[in-house]
Amino acid sequence: MSADPAPGPLTRNDVAHVARLARLALDEDELERFTAQLASVLAHAADVAALDLTGVAPTAHPLPIGNVLRDDELRPGVDRDEVLAAAPDVEDGRFRVPRIVGEAP
Amino acid sequence: MSAPIATPGARPGEAPGAATNGSAVPEWETVVGLEVHCELLTRTKLFCGCANAFGAEPNTNVCPVCLGLPGALPVLNRRAVELAMCIGVALHCSVRPSIFHRKNYFYPDQAKDYQISQYDEPINLGGWLELPGGQRVGIVRAHLEEDTGKSTHLGAGGRIADADHSLVDYNRSGVPLVEIVSEPDLRSSSEARAYAAELRGMLVASGASDGRMEEGSMRIDANVSVRRRGTAAFGTRCEIKNLNSLRSLGRAIEHEAARQIALLEAGGRVVQETRHWDEEAGRTSTLRSKEEAYDYRYFPEPDLVPLDPEREWIETVAASLQPMPAERRAALVALLGDRPTDAETDQVRAVVEQQLDGLVAGAVRAGARAGLALARAANELGADPARARLLDPATFARLLALEQGGELSATQSKVVLGALVEAGGGDPAEIARAKGFEAMSDDSLVAAVSEAVDAHGDEWARYVAGDDKLAGFFTGLVMRSTAGRADGKAVVAELRRRRG
Amino acid sequence: MTAPGAPTAGPVDGPGEAGEVARAVRRGDRSAVAVLDEALRRVSAGDGEVRAFVTVDAEAAGRAAEAVDAAVAAGTDPGPLAGVPVALKDNLCTRGLQTACGSRMLAGWRPPYDATVVAKLRRAGAVIVGKTNMDEFAMGSSTESSWFGPTRNPHDRSRVPGGSSGGSAAAVAAGFVPLALGSDTGGSIRQPAALCGVVGLKPTYGLVSRYGLVAFASSLDQIGPLAASVRDAALLLEVVAGHDPADSTSVPGDVPAFGDVLGAGVDGLRVGLCAELVDAMAPDVVARVREAADALSAAGATVVDISVPELHYGLSAYYLIAPAEASSNLARYDGVRYGLRAEGTDVEAMNTATRTAGFGPEVKRRIMLGTYALSAGYYDAYYGQAQRVRTLVIEAFARAYAQVDVLIGATTPTVAFALGEKLDDPMAMYSSDVCTIPSNLAGHPAMSVPFGSGADGLPVGVQVLAPALGERVMLRVAAALEDRARGVGRPVAGTGRSEPR
Ligand SMILES: [Mg+2]
Ligand SMILES: [Zn+2]
Repeated sequence: MSADPAPGPLTRNDVAHVARLARLALDEDELERFTAQLASVLAHAADVAALDLTGVAPTAHPLPIGNVLRDDELRPGVDRDEVLAAAPDVEDGRFRVPRIVGEAP
Repeated sequence: MSAPIATPGARPGEAPGAATNGSAVPEWETVVGLEVHCELLTRTKLFCGCANAFGAEPNTNVCPVCLGLPGALPVLNRRAVELAMCIGVALHCSVRPSIFHRKNYFYPDQAKDYQISQYDEPINLGGWLELPGGQRVGIVRAHLEEDTGKSTHLGAGGRIADADHSLVDYNRSGVPLVEIVSEPDLRSSSEARAYAAELRGMLVASGASDGRMEEGSMRIDANVSVRRRGTAAFGTRCEIKNLNSLRSLGRAIEHEAARQIALLEAGGRVVQETRHWDEEAGRTSTLRSKEEAYDYRYFPEPDLVPLDPEREWIETVAASLQPMPAERRAALVALLGDRPTDAETDQVRAVVEQQLDGLVAGAVRAGARAGLALARAANELGADPARARLLDPATFARLLALEQGGELSATQSKVVLGALVEAGGGDPAEIARAKGFEAMSDDSLVAAVSEAVDAHGDEWARYVAGDDKLAGFFTGLVMRSTAGRADGKAVVAELRRRRG
Repeated sequence: MTAPGAPTAGPVDGPGEAGEVARAVRRGDRSAVAVLDEALRRVSAGDGEVRAFVTVDAEAAGRAAEAVDAAVAAGTDPGPLAGVPVALKDNLCTRGLQTACGSRMLAGWRPPYDATVVAKLRRAGAVIVGKTNMDEFAMGSSTESSWFGPTRNPHDRSRVPGGSSGGSAAAVAAGFVPLALGSDTGGSIRQPAALCGVVGLKPTYGLVSRYGLVAFASSLDQIGPLAASVRDAALLLEVVAGHDPADSTSVPGDVPAFGDVLGAGVDGLRVGLCAELVDAMAPDVVARVREAADALSAAGATVVDISVPELHYGLSAYYLIAPAEASSNLARYDGVRYGLRAEGTDVEAMNTATRTAGFGPEVKRRIMLGTYALSAGYYDAYYGQAQRVRTLVIEAFARAYAQVDVLIGATTPTVAFALGEKLDDPMAMYSSDVCTIPSNLAGHPAMSVPFGSGADGLPVGVQVLAPALGERVMLRVAAALEDRARGVGRPVAGTGRSEPR
């Protein structure tokens, strides 16, 4: 999250990298088209990127509320069969997935 | 490392030469910082009302929120915040306004494919933990976050690397965690272990966590680097994952430091990376390098609002905290009166770790001698401390009084103590009588010593010549012949008297 | 073009006002079952061409209607929406009923729970007729990005209904149902309401619970009503609004009544005609908006010209913030727990195959844009900067509302555009939300009220904007505008009035 006030123009490599991060596969045509389309949106956003907003606090949230908490009380969850019925693949009461390569970060 | 601000800085107040070196090569110094994840002892999960329970049938403690179903929203558990504040207060952190971020990464046990965690505005910032030796280890932060579900790997002996497929259970998904990040203040594997043990004691004492490493309620990652002694700058660090016990923690640090030293001495360079500890093979191996590090795309969690605990709430939580291990150790030492011996220091640590300090202090208040109560608690009650904690301190004191008054030998006293714990209480004198324990008369003790000396003339000659070690030999013989009724100290006194 | 006040034919076979229907059902004058049957008849007659609905659940609706009638017969009050047929946008979770969000990814997914608004509707006696079509995951302004195919504008079937709540707007505009719920992240209720000639209201952020609304951009999303009249919109808002402990961003406290202010008039109110929501719009739209301002003035309001230049930055900020949040919200569609799975040799390959097959191009575009805006090195320049712009917009609105009670302007730059017209030009499509986005960034309420027609006789919507929790004053102004706009009647499917030209 380091500051980079003037990002360079969006490249095909950027789009390919972002697609990988987002777990999307793009063919060459899509890569070409998405690069152009995203570049045009970012070009439109250049006015925002160029504004000098030092001293302006970011708004993460439109509502000025805080400390929303719930009591530590049990609430009924959902039925396992109903949940598993919606799953693509199930084994032994659990969600089955193909081989996991690498450990969690 | 999930903390953005945990860049190593100068270690404040470091006494040169104070640290011991855990590595085999003396001119190298090992530098360790730990990241400890601990599960909080709440009834429900961090953001939903599902039970926070270990060992349930898979996917039975789940709901739309912790399954990451479309449309579900998190709501923060007040008790989890309180327990996080407990940890912060106990670690002398400042408890402050905080917000939650999303840490984005794909992984099947991460139900939403992002983790709700605290990032640059954590609830607890800056603090320290004092180790039994008196050293203070800096705490960078202790923040709230949610746990993941659990994957089981099938098809190749359960090893992830060559499994055929995996099964995911989301019961643990959303269980509240506090991640405690230390400064890189630790200088050896033994210091790291001492820190982890002390932290565990603190967590248990605060009621925030049960600290059970074997159930995964406390999990440790270690950042390890080495540098030449006297160098101010830190070396390049590696993060070691999968440390499931204090023993693994110590071994992994030893191994990793040795690996880095060997690399550097051979003219190589340490590469910053995450490494996996293989307990069976006893070595670490690369998980991923910094270049392949995840881009977590942190941003403020829009489904939650800022948390800004009022002063009063923090003060109430702080006031409700039971004394921490360091404080309790100090209290025991104060009972001893004198500066504790090394053996007593160890006993104090053990007694506090096993939460038997209340029993010891109670017995002392009821008239027992502190040193004796401490020794008995440390050495005799460790097998089942939970049961021993139920013993009435006054009963314990009555037993010790019998021993102090010479009515029971040390050996007999220990036997009665065992029986008391077993039965959950009772009258020590009665138990002693029932077991046929009565103090030996002076005459029979003298006779027993005499018998032993006569039967082992050579040994007696050596003892008389000054070989004091043989006192133990004769004491053992007398104990055996009297079935433990003799008082060891009285036997030694009689031996000395005879020697003249 | 039709100026307000011109005579039009009223709905021949419409659903009637929701409030009227509920009153009749509660009195026992009409049966909920009969009301539902009429609605279902209208749907089956007209929806083959409009395609407002993705799912019609006649069976469950029948059971709900019977329950309402039984309650009336038993002398208990079934609630303020007794027997009123309601359509729900397909991103509102309905237990056991497909909630697909216009996506192949969730086709066939039956949630195990009801959204809070759905539960509230059921408790209020409403009869949920079915789920309406939408842009995939609410990303779009034309309902063309739906996996289930486009919905058509009931006024002209060669045109889009707007989006993303295009199905809900079309269902009301076509007279299938008197009420529908939509969601509005950057204008997704108001823009289709304007293009379809119905009332659409986006409440203050947090006024209506988002629990069970499939998230697009969490800090912008709000659920709100679409209705044929301001009164019905207010009625539906009263039912769905209110604090929900399951949504941390829900406004605390009680919700005021909304229906009682509608007749209060605008005498003495200060109305700002907002230059940024008028200039640069199509001339037919501008003409109607100016007439609306005149009408309010004639009704006793003080209308002033006002400029809020910061609104110009809204579109850019929105197209950084919304995709960023969406990229995270949509990560969960990974083929593990629910929805589509495409096969892969390992879990990462499976995730990628699933997401590549399950998402359409618009969703992919926004996920990638958002991923980029959040990624290391660009966060401050894009996402962080957009959040600061959000602050600018909020402060600018605050200055404006120090001078006026409400702002008015266009809802959309043009009347409904042709199907396919903007599909290949994302930026052109995005620009159709330029007037509606600022209220989402600020979290303020805003609504669109039909006010005459523009080019080709197509509806024009006038937008009324108010400060946070300013729904009551906003509704007063909207009711006054509605009162003055008797220009465009509701098109009715099957009457021939809305055939393609
Ligand atoms: Mg963590
Ligand atoms: Zn849950």
